[in-house]
Amino acid sequence: MVLVVIPALNEAERIGRVIRGLFQHGWANVVVVDDGSTDETAVLAREAGAKVIVHPFNLGQGAALQTGNDWALTQGAEMIVHFDADGQFNPADISGGVEKIKKDGFEVVFGSRFLDERSKIPWLKKWVILPVARFVNWILTGVKLSDVHNGFRILSRQAAKKINITQNEMAHPSEIMTIVREQGFKYAEHPVEVIYLEFGQGIGWGVKIVKDFIFGKFLR
Amino acid sequence: MMLIQILLILFFCFAIFKSVMRWKRGELKLTQAFGWWIFWLIAGVVVVVPNSTYYFARLLGIGRGADLVVYLALALLSYLVFRQSVRMEKINRQITQLARKVALDEATKEEKK
Repeated sequence: MVLVVIPALNEAERIGRVIRGLFQHGWANVVVVDDGSTDETAVLAREAGAKVIVHPFNLGQGAALQTGNDWALTQGAEMIVHFDADGQFNPADISGGVEKIKKDGFEVVFGSRFLDERSKIPWLKKWVILPVARFVNWILTGVKLSDVHNGFRILSRQAAKKINITQNEMAHPSEIMTIVREQGFKYAEHPVEVIYLEFGQGIGWGVKIVKDFIFGKFLR
Repeated sequence: MMLIQILLILFFCFAIFKSVMRWKRGELKLTQAFGWWIFWLIAGVVVVVPNSTYYFARLLGIGRGADLVVYLALALLSYLVFRQSVRMEKINRQITQLARKVALDEATKEEKK
């Protein structure tokens, strides 16, 4: 069984459409982890037909993903897809990634915006922010990917069992990459389309991510 | 005696009194309380006889006793702040685990209904 985990915070406007999109593409097992939303996210996700787990208060996206992973493992999922709640991913990209795990024996699949031309990445992001982020990430984690902090990833059951996300906020993608390297998981990248909305993580976020990540190292 | 010395001595007495009370209430272990008493006593001696630090400062190659006190105070504060942040982070993680457990238990209950 493939289970799609969607961490969501105040996404009432978009969550229904995202869930329906997944259902239309044949992904019937969808769990939304509502990370302490103050709007109708949980209600609308339930109405749309997803399983909803509600954090009693806001813990952060990393924490929501780990809650989703824990749930997926108890439900016997063989693969876990991490998918954003804001509608910027294309559900058609999941099947190719799932195949990589099923047929090619990879244990972790990372989505990448740079492997095809579909994503219209804003100029500043494409040529300045992401190359810098990619380099910093490579230095910190030892894993070289064509994209960084892309919320689309697929974990095999084996990998999900070993990946325990302790970075509650936005440093969790780097943490996952570090665990992948340490555990020697076979990983691949998979082209995904990212539809750009007006918001996103700026440079200030990048600094916070690096700080959280380095600080987390003291606690392992 | 300068006014600052009197004020500091009063403050140290107050700090010692507080730690005695906390020890009596069982909020501090005897070893911890003892550590604080020694700390405030040494601070008191340094304030009353500022030149007493001179010997140690010379020993360490620092020119003035007052500088030694500043260096030590900074080092101690940095250490305490670091320890505090690590503790906060640990508590954060425990709260996360607790909140997650609550959320997952609730989700399991719903499933069984």
